[in-house]
Amino acid sequence: MIPEIGHLALIIAFVFATGLAVIPMWGAVRGNIAALNLAPTLAMGVLVFVSIAFAMLAISFLDDDFSVAVVAANSNSLLPPIFKFSALWGNHEGSLLLWVLILSGWMAAVSWFSQGLPRVMVARVLSVMGMIAIGFLAFSLLTSNPFERLLPNIPLDGNDLNPLLQDPGLIIHPPLLYMGYVGLSVPFAFAIAALLGGRLDASWARWSRPWTNVAWGFLSLGIMLGSWWAYYELGWGGWWFWDPVENASFMPWLMGTALVHSLAVTEKRGVFRAWTVLLAIFAFSLSLLGTFLVRSGVLTSVHAFASDPERGLFILIFLALVIGGSLLLYALRAPTVASRINYTAVSRESLLMVNNLVFTVSTIIVLLGTLFPLVMDAFSLGKYSVGPPYFNAVFVPLMALVMPFMAIGPLSRWREDSAARWLHELLVPGAVVVVFAVAVPFLFGGEFNVWIALAVLLAGWVAVGVLKDLWRRLGVGSGYGLRWQALTPSFLGMAMAHLGFAAVVMGAVVVTQLNEERDLLMEVGDVEFLGGYRFELTGLSREAGPNYMADQAVFEVTQGDQVIATLIPEKRRYFASGQMMTEAAIDASVWRDLYIALGEPIEEGAWAVRLQFKPMVRWLWLGGALIGFGALLTVADRRYRRQSTRHSAPLAEASGLAR
Amino acid sequence: MRVKRFIPLAVFALLALLLFKGLSIDPTALPAARLGQPFPDFSQPELLTEELIDASALRPGPALVNVWATWCYSCRVEHPYLLALAEQGVPIYGLNYKDDSEKARQWLADLGDPYRLNIADRDGTVGLDLGVYGAPETYVLGADGVILHRHVGVLDQAVFEQDIGQWFPALAKLGQANAPEGSAQ
Amino acid sequence: MRRLLCMLILMSSSAWAVIETYEFSSPDLASRYHLLSQELRCPKCQNQNIADSNAPIARDLRVVLYEQLEAGQSDQQILDFMVARYGQFVRYRPEVDRQTALLWWSPLLLLVLGSLGVVRHFRQKERHPERGLTAMEREHVDRLLKDRLP
Repeated sequence: MIPEIGHLALIIAFVFATGLAVIPMWGAVRGNIAALNLAPTLAMGVLVFVSIAFAMLAISFLDDDFSVAVVAANSNSLLPPIFKFSALWGNHEGSLLLWVLILSGWMAAVSWFSQGLPRVMVARVLSVMGMIAIGFLAFSLLTSNPFERLLPNIPLDGNDLNPLLQDPGLIIHPPLLYMGYVGLSVPFAFAIAALLGGRLDASWARWSRPWTNVAWGFLSLGIMLGSWWAYYELGWGGWWFWDPVENASFMPWLMGTALVHSLAVTEKRGVFRAWTVLLAIFAFSLSLLGTFLVRSGVLTSVHAFASDPERGLFILIFLALVIGGSLLLYALRAPTVASRINYTAVSRESLLMVNNLVFTVSTIIVLLGTLFPLVMDAFSLGKYSVGPPYFNAVFVPLMALVMPFMAIGPLSRWREDSAARWLHELLVPGAVVVVFAVAVPFLFGGEFNVWIALAVLLAGWVAVGVLKDLWRRLGVGSGYGLRWQALTPSFLGMAMAHLGFAAVVMGAVVVTQLNEERDLLMEVGDVEFLGGYRFELTGLSREAGPNYMADQAVFEVTQGDQVIATLIPEKRRYFASGQMMTEAAIDASVWRDLYIALGEPIEEGAWAVRLQFKPMVRWLWLGGALIGFGALLTVADRRYRRQSTRHSAPLAEASGLAR
Repeated sequence: MRVKRFIPLAVFALLALLLFKGLSIDPTALPAARLGQPFPDFSQPELLTEELIDASALRPGPALVNVWATWCYSCRVEHPYLLALAEQGVPIYGLNYKDDSEKARQWLADLGDPYRLNIADRDGTVGLDLGVYGAPETYVLGADGVILHRHVGVLDQAVFEQDIGQWFPALAKLGQANAPEGSAQ
Repeated sequence: MRRLLCMLILMSSSAWAVIETYEFSSPDLASRYHLLSQELRCPKCQNQNIADSNAPIARDLRVVLYEQLEAGQSDQQILDFMVARYGQFVRYRPEVDRQTALLWWSPLLLLVLGSLGVVRHFRQKERHPERGLTAMEREHVDRLLKDRLP
């Protein structure tokens, strides 16, 4: 019964979504206030019924209802309850439902927090989101129904969730990622609404900014978590593989980075309007493209959810309609009169233009690299592979290119600035960074490594820029005391994000350059030295878990006289599926990780073991967290809260209705 | 200036076409790298006689070279069809890939031997030179011993008719082949 | 699907670190092994290099890599060896040639084009600097303002 309720709820949600897509949009065209006012209610309707559907599916998982196909395929009676719940989104059908749930959540949020906006605008925004919801709900109902039953032959037990996914990381990574992916539909909807209404001005940018920052912040956190999860779960200590599915989430992030900055320019200076609209459209389009790549089987990936060309066609058609439609709208409605170029070549605008350029080029490069094998195959030019060696070679220099500008950016003035002033502000701090960069390897007792020196230089430069900005805002040395109120959430968020970026760069370069790794055969009593630490295998044992049996190796790690840690890597065999999995043991700290993974037992009592010393690898994720939380922090800023108390609503409505 | 606004749409249209084409391509299908080259030379014992043979033993073409092993389940599945093909006069040579020769000989004795001869590639060197990455695989050699095609996976009626039959025109309709029960169809 | 069954059965979950305990005759060979095993793609797997996959073919290729390194082959020779047998597919960093020109040259090309665009953007601004109001416009504005004043 429960799956049927869920199915019905999904259908009702579809009806609401259709209403949402049509009625308020019609109301906007006709000037019908009643129709416009229906938008928030209809959005709420979608949320309520999708939530019901989601809840019904969750109950089916938690109740071990193996008559439901996805439960049978992805769950098992021995699975711990929390994983039974997360198994809901560990598969194609369920994750689609999560997608729609999060989309309807964002719709509701938009309708709640848009009190100060013209009703027409809000109606249009919600309608566009409704259209997207229609697409996904239709996709779900018609091709990937999570409520399909296996009647009358109900299996006795399920196939179990892939052991790789039986991990807390799976519980949070997809929801966070989807919050980001799906959240980019909000600035997209705002852009479309603005194009439809013919108002591409600073106010559109101002309304879009908090939504974009939050979505982008979540996307950053989602990607960061995915990287961290892969690191400790997969057993080889890697943290990014440029796999098509990873790229599918990275491209919206890159475009989103450009968008976040471009919106700031459009809001404050009214320029870059066409750019910003395009970025908003592209960012979400890349999200949709990602959905296509992951589920259509067009590209090979370890992560791929589904490889179904039929479903792929559905998504492709949906893509063509949404992206094609929005780009057509852009072509017809984008401002043909370019905004007055009221800034000079040395100004904050031009620095942000460079930012736009670099991030757009990066996105295109990642897209090209990801699709290159497909292009060559489609033209029968052979089967190619494009992987980490290529991406690292072309992507890293681009990021290095943008970093010098990152320090100057926050310090620069709008409209017109002078290079001399920049030099004055940053010469001394810059010199300090250069000296530090050259000296640092010697300080830490190592050899000179040019890449690390470069990383310290660039990351240090960015940090110095942030600190200088902080210095200036606080009014240090002005004689009036410190202006703490200058540290707005907006500024702090930006500072955190920029510092986070610098941290990620540092972590990435250091761990790549100074990583030490050893594969060897070890028996009880064997000792190995790595990275200045002493690893001793002190014992082997067997341990049973809730749904697996594990072979354990106990390692004692010491440095000199001090015992650093006892690490117990495992090799697990899961009962239900028979799958084997390695559970690495990690001693984590800010400055280094010690990583041990078990391979295979070579002989009786002897195991192949991989020991790794990974300096500063945590900086990757700490940096990622800073970026994500920094972005989220910016919306706590007073200026966004001020919006809801504005009394100009009637006037805004009137002018909005004039469209 | 108006036209410039249509560029993103045009680029997207091209992308969509590419993706559409992509839906009908199998990204995992890997054509043989040695296509158009002669079968790589080797020196290995024949499975049943233990005499050393080389690439010239695989003549005259056109012929099939079937990569198989006893540890490969799908090879057992395609075996009856190979027997049927052999009966029809298709020359099939075997590459016994990374297998226990004793088990292989027993297997052939139990299930039938469709092969004119079998290369006992115990350590997989011939397979490596050929570009084999799993069993079963079937290579088509032309009259001059040049590799014309590779099929990865079970060889059955449909595959033969679609991809391989073109090199064996002399054969009467293989659709009417007396395929014994259990053949992959 | 069935045709893949054989390889799937062999290719048990590729869910763990592949740890080979080779003895190299020099540390330089060990580090070259490390790098090359990440440059080479497992022909069978779902997008993994031969270092991380435990499919049988990946294991075989690692052995070949080890042997070739110990035999004194250069990196390029080893890569050519693999490509001769498995095609360009097996390299994660495509050879830089006419066919892959699009891939290797676009980053630079895009940057250059973009930069040219930026330069042109600012040059235009110089040629058509923001102008103030014309005399006629100024008159018009004055009139309007006068009308508005009480």
